[in-house]
Parts: sequence; structure tokens; C-alpha cells
Amino acid sequence: MTTQDQLSAWVREFARQVTEHRDELTALDSAIGDADHGANMARGMGAVVEALDANPPATAGALFKQVGMTLVSKVGGASGPLYGTLFLRFGTAAGEVTELEAAGFAKAFRAGLEGVVARGRPEAGDKTMYDALAPALDALDESLDGGASLGDALRAASAAADAGRDATIPMLARKGRASYLGERSVGHQDPGATSVALLVAAAAATLG
Amino acid sequence: MKKLINDPADVVVEALRGMAAAHPGLRVDLENRVVFRGDAPVQGKVGLVSGGGSGHEPMHGGFVGRGMLDAACAGEVFTSPVPDQMVVATEGVDGGAGVLHIVKNYTGDVMNFDMAAELTTAKTGVEVQAVVVDDDVAVQDSLYTAGRRGVGTTVLLEKIVGAAAEQGRSLAEVAGVARKVNERGRSMGMALTSCTVPAAGRPTFDLPDDEMEIGIGIHGEPGRRRVPIAPAKEIAEMLVEPILADADFTSEPVICFVNGMGASPLLELYLMYGEVATLLERAGVRIARSLVGPYITSLDMAGCSVTLLRADDDLLGLWDAPVDTPGLRWGA
Repeated sequence: MTTQDQLSAWVREFARQVTEHRDELTALDSAIGDADHGANMARGMGAVVEALDANPPATAGALFKQVGMTLVSKVGGASGPLYGTLFLRFGTAAGEVTELEAAGFAKAFRAGLEGVVARGRPEAGDKTMYDALAPALDALDESLDGGASLGDALRAASAAADAGRDATIPMLARKGRASYLGERSVGHQDPGATSVALLVAAAAATLG
Repeated sequence: MKKLINDPADVVVEALRGMAAAHPGLRVDLENRVVFRGDAPVQGKVGLVSGGGSGHEPMHGGFVGRGMLDAACAGEVFTSPVPDQMVVATEGVDGGAGVLHIVKNYTGDVMNFDMAAELTTAKTGVEVQAVVVDDDVAVQDSLYTAGRRGVGTTVLLEKIVGAAAEQGRSLAEVAGVARKVNERGRSMGMALTSCTVPAAGRPTFDLPDDEMEIGIGIHGEPGRRRVPIAPAKEIAEMLVEPILADADFTSEPVICFVNGMGASPLLELYLMYGEVATLLERAGVRIARSLVGPYITSLDMAGCSVTLLRADDDLLGLWDAPVDTPGLRWGA
């Protein structure tokens, strides 16, 4: 069971981690993209926290829709629509409730992943955020099905996200600007998979 | 970094303020960073909206006006605008005949325009169609890339499609002309130097004095290959050959466009045009119209690109139609 306060804390913790890792995300993006992932995500999540302070949403649905719309409006590039869609779909699936059971949380998160897939059409191995997010949510479902608590399941999901992030290093990019580099994209960790690992780590740190 | 700027963070909005002052015929929404035709929305006309990252001037804001775009959204330097801007632009140019989005094929641009079309249609019911420009032969078009980038053909497309909309053609017809231009246009570019993004403060890549990049895009990204600097004659071959290898340009006349990347003077661009024209004549390609100058730039990069567009009578007629924008103006 997660409460409205815990869900807000997750969002704030993600903002904190993105800001802390801003330079690392930008450095990763300099190697295979256009050097703005850290700055854009930090700016977007900064705006998300400002909106939370100014106008605290009453339900999980309202919270994640607000997060999603703010990211769509503030981030730009590909990350804005992708993260924005993730949170918008999360919010729609969560619904107008103030508490989420573990199964409802996992279902909402998966709806977010499906939004990312609909928006960017990534496949496993394309070297994108999908390569960290999909294994994380598989691990989350599997742990919950096995009777784990949400906290334990999220720790398993976070480990799977980290492993998925690391697995992007030898991949050849097939989506986004990195794909223009062809073979030259091999050997670099994907910045989107890196920020997704922070999102899941933030969930493990604040929920359950 | 030596640039004519104040704070690097304010470059885009301050440039838009200057555009508004220089061109009173335009309406510039500084808050949303959208350049509108002064008389938008034009009732009964299909509205044309484009946009993209800044740093490619005069594209797109400089192509707003009668006979070309109705609105252009300016993103941060080399970063796609956000859907909010595109929604404002789309609503502002809707004259009851629908709106066409002209989108260059970059992942961010495509996704943001996609979201904007969904949001606008859900909110107002305006019919929105989109055409994605992907004409850069330097990128292999395959399942393994994001697809070809949108480059030089975008300029020719905005002019031609603008004329079609001005004639009162329907949204379906205007979108059809846009797709036809994209299918028939191909480009290839090269860089003598990198460019410097104001917020970054130093060149995006290092290019020694005796080397050049062949097959670059318009964002300072590395090209297909790095080779020793060569005479213009050989550079022209490196640009024209891959274009002619990619599509047939002998069955109909072409519009030939030699574009400057920002820092190369017209003297060199005309010299390059001469070399390109010689090569085309030798290959049996007949030039019907030409365009030479910096129209789709990459900040202060030195270099050029070549675009060929195979044109039938309809496309040539639309090319010749009057246009009145800060960046292109004839017959007006």
C-alpha cells in the first residue's frame, strides 16, 4: 500500500536524483546524443517540484497527470514526450484514488511503459530507456506474484533496471540521434536508460 | 566563444524580439516563441505550421509570410519546441480549412508535433495532418536508424507547399504536394568547421585545419566520414554523387539548391554552385531553377549542402508563385 504522500515523495526523490546526476547524464548524452539530457531532465523535474509545492494534487491520478503535463511542457526533445507520456498513462491507470495497492501500482507503472512504447516504438536492444524500464517492471511483477512486499519488489526492480542500464553499453543504437552514429554508438551507456534507473531507484527508496 | 549575444540563456527570445522589431508585418508571440503571419488566421486557407530547434535561421521563422508558412515555433538552440507552443501555433492559424504540420525527421520533433496534433484535435476539433521531411542521403534509411534527417528539402517544401495553400487547395491536396516534394528531394551536406552552441560555449566537435566532415546534419553532429580537405571541385563530387546514386534526376528538370551552413560566404557558395552545375550537366540533369545562399544553417558552421528536387510543371509553377517572407521574397 502506498499513500498519496509516499507517491509525492517518490516524485520529489526522482527530482533530487536527476539533479544530483545532471552532469553525468549530460556527459553520457554528449558521447552519443546532443548533450542536453541532464539539463533538460533537471529543468523539467525542477518545474514538477515547483508545481507540486504550488498546487499539491489530491489524488494519484491528478499527481501523475500533473507531473506528465509539466514534463511535456518543459523538457522538449524526445525525453519530454516519452517521460510525459509515461507519467500521464501512469496517472490515468492509477485513477482518482489516494492510496494504491501494490498490484495497482505495478499495473499503473506498466501502463506507463506501454505509453512509452506507443510514443517511441522502442524494442528490446535498441539502446533506449526501454532497456532499463521493461526488465524493471518484469522484475516488479515477478516479485509481487511470488508474494514479496512492494518494498522488496521495488528493490528487485531497481536491481533489474541497473542491470538493464549497464547492458546498454555494448548495444548498437537503433533509435534517436545516437542511431546516426551506427557502430560509433557501441561502448557508451544510454542516458535514457540511466535516468530510468534513477526513477526506479527513487521508487525503491520511498515506497513500500 | 565570440558571439553577438548577451546572456546565452536569452539568445532565442532576444532574437525573436529583434525579428518582431525588424518585420512589423509579422506577429511574434514572445511568451510562446511563435512567429505568426500578421494576418493569421487566413479564413478558408489551409494553415501551415512548422518549427524546430533554433540555430537554423532563417528557417523556420524567416519563412513566415504570404505564400509560405503561417506560423513557426522556435525551440531552444538545436532542441525541439514543446507541444504547448505547437498547440498555440495550430490554433492561431486555423482558418477553417485544417492545418498541416511540416516536421523535420528528428525523434524529438516528430514526437512533440505528434502530441501537439493529438492535443489540438482533442481540444478544438481542428483537422491536423503532418508531413515528415527526411531527405538526407548521408543517413542510411533502415530499420536500424531513426531514419533520414530532414535538411535542405525542407526549405523548398515550405515554399512550394506555401504556394499551394495560398491558391486555396484543400488540406488533402496540400499534404499531397508536401509528400510529393519530400519523395522527390535529396540532400547531402559537409562541414569545414564545427559550430558553437551559445550555452555550451565551445565548438561541438574538433575538426583540424586540414580535415573536413562529409555527410553532416544541421546540429553539429559528426558526419558520415572525415577526410582531408580538398578543392571545391572534389567536394562538389562528394556531395552530388551520393544524391544521384540515390534517386533518378534525369527524367524531369530539377530545382538545384546550394545552401550555406552559416559561416561560408556567398562567394564560395556561388563557386560551389558552378561546380555542382557542371557535374549535373555532365550527368544529364537539367536545372530549371536555382537557389543559392544560407537558408537552413547550423549556427556558425562553415560548409555547405546540396539539395536536388525533381520538379514537374505543377511544382515549378508553385515555386515561381509570389512569396513575401523575411527569408525568401519574390513576385510580391
